[in-house]
Amino acid sequence: MRQRSLLILTAVLTTGALSLTACGSRDDKGGDAAAGGGTTVVIGVDAPLTGDLSALGLGIKNSVDLAAKQANEKKYVDGVTFKIEALDDQAQPSSGQQNATKLVANKNVLGVVGPLNSSVAESMQKVFDDAKLVQVSPANTNPALTQGQDWNDGTKKRPYASYFRTSTTDAIQGPFAAQYLFNDAKKKKVFVVDDKKTYGAGLAATFKAEFVKLGGKVAGEDHVNPDTKDFSAVVTKIKNSGADVVYYGGEYPAAGPLSKQIKASGAKIPLIGGDGIYSAEFIKLSGKEGVGDLATSVGAPVETLPSAKEFVENYEKAKYKEAFEAYGGYSYDSAWSIIEAVKKVVDDNGGKLPSDARTKVLDAMKGVSFDGVTGKVSFDEFGDATNKQLTVYRYEGNAWKPVKSGTYTG
Amino acid sequence: MNELPQQLVNGLLLGSMYGLVAIGYTMVYGIVQLINFAHGEIFMTGGFGALTVWLILPGGTTLWLALPLMIIGAIIVAVTIAVGAERFAYRPLRGGPRLAPLITAIGISLALQQAVWAWYPGATSSLTFPEIPGGPFHFGSVTIQTGDIFLLTAAPLSMAILGYFVMKTRTGRGMQATAQDPDTAKLMGINTDRIIVVAFALGAAFAAIGAVAYGLKYGEVNFRMGFILGLKAFTAAVLGGIGNIYGAMIGGLALGLAETLATAFIADIPGMQQLGGQSWADVWAFVLLILVLLFRPQGLLGERVADRA
Repeated sequence: MRQRSLLILTAVLTTGALSLTACGSRDDKGGDAAAGGGTTVVIGVDAPLTGDLSALGLGIKNSVDLAAKQANEKKYVDGVTFKIEALDDQAQPSSGQQNATKLVANKNVLGVVGPLNSSVAESMQKVFDDAKLVQVSPANTNPALTQGQDWNDGTKKRPYASYFRTSTTDAIQGPFAAQYLFNDAKKKKVFVVDDKKTYGAGLAATFKAEFVKLGGKVAGEDHVNPDTKDFSAVVTKIKNSGADVVYYGGEYPAAGPLSKQIKASGAKIPLIGGDGIYSAEFIKLSGKEGVGDLATSVGAPVETLPSAKEFVENYEKAKYKEAFEAYGGYSYDSAWSIIEAVKKVVDDNGGKLPSDARTKVLDAMKGVSFDGVTGKVSFDEFGDATNKQLTVYRYEGNAWKPVKSGTYTG
Repeated sequence: MNELPQQLVNGLLLGSMYGLVAIGYTMVYGIVQLINFAHGEIFMTGGFGALTVWLILPGGTTLWLALPLMIIGAIIVAVTIAVGAERFAYRPLRGGPRLAPLITAIGISLALQQAVWAWYPGATSSLTFPEIPGGPFHFGSVTIQTGDIFLLTAAPLSMAILGYFVMKTRTGRGMQATAQDPDTAKLMGINTDRIIVVAFALGAAFAAIGAVAYGLKYGEVNFRMGFILGLKAFTAAVLGGIGNIYGAMIGGLALGLAETLATAFIADIPGMQQLGGQSWADVWAFVLLILVLLFRPQGLLGERVADRA
């Protein structure tokens, strides 16, 4: 019997140990902008650079790197050379917080772009706010990050003054998808699935509320564990529910296989999700069966905006190994807003960085306004982007094609 | 309840996969009392071995032709790694404290994950695995995917072959003897070192077949696929009675069915909506495990069955 208790004890211990070690962080020093005299300002980047979501994360890192290089090339801020320091959060809140602490400790860091995941952002906000270090996320869409936990009851309260974002929020994205499905695609019965994470659950809730308000029916609901790949039980429920569309609140590593398994079960209904599934990886994972699936994403299609043409050209010229993906334009704009703020601080201080540069940069962020890759970039009193453009994409052929773009109006 | 037949099939399929991987845990434990936590990663390398064979074969090869080669490739890769781990990591520690090889196993598990992540081209994200064309097949209200046919054939076939091997062959009887009493077995002229290698190799081979089934079923392989599945398979082995090869399969099926049925039906019980759905399936599966261990600490089929191997 002694053996058995040892067996059970070790099983429990190792389960714990394995799940802990799985969250270890891996540093990635990116950006090799040549330091050419003067002051060096570091823009931190935090994103998942490895793991399932690395396609999106590497796009963010490369785009920030591009912004830093462009600023250096143009000598945009006199006497200041920009460098990036990219850290990998593996989409884990615990790693994100460690990275935040690391970035705060580096005195040359005057702004941070990232993270990708809303749940990671929650763990970082306070660390940055305590250090008065500006954080601009290109991808977080959870409304609570800027408007407080009670945003849905109409009492908006900004929790952290150092947090900004260039993307729009789920409070807009979910309802936008609902309106498109109900009014344009004429879908009346939806099955709502989410992954219980901050982003996925928030998105699914705002979508469902609007869809029901419009008169649509919810045929069923389920929550999945995004770490597993077997959705057969959920898929069978979806098929038998008679829904004509599935809404998935979550990201492509689970959405791709889910879509594929839905189609394979014989239910020929499209899956629609938010910007977390708007990725070339979704197309790879869902395969040919996924054709007809839909995704909403923040902003107008980056490739079609005139202001974005230059970004796409420069990105191709820089020959990054990975595509800029869904958040490339937003990451570039996030980095550029920090660069603008640094420029203002330096200009106001007679061409030099003041000693309290972080606080000054934070103040300057409120007044930032410029024409970026994704349109006009500026922030409202909550730190949210003032640009509230959204686009619905459909998976056609072997790529996402924009079908409808617009601004959400209540 | 008209979805019950389909959900039962879903559960059996998932359970067969757990069972195939659980065999490796249970055989190694039965003979050297080691929980080989690297086994989930050996399963994963099998999947990558099969994928490599597919990528090397000239384009246009039909999957039916390639499949036997892929299975052989998967088995070669998985068995090589398992036997290598046994020879160079576990054997030097044999006779040492029980915890030493266990921690080593965890180390090997992490090392294998990271090695595949770092050195297999493109493995930082999921890689597409070829799929069997055609299908799906409909039997009444039940739909079966073409990829599942492989699993449905491979799992019982593997069990039959393993059962025959352990019961009827000389090496198999040697395994039983070693499991019962290694020292006496050695006195009787059994080369226990060789028997242990065979146990590792067999477990790895079945994991490799499971990995091919995984790839065909889900259409992808990734460097993390062995982690959760390995834990589930270990659970299945304990549930069925660790050390018992039939217990591994029974435990796998029980676990797969429990997860699937919990996902499907718990939410329909009045007042239980909050506790249903797929995200709670693991909780219910482990509730089942705890209940079984409370009333039958030796697992469903127990450890003291004569054909323990």
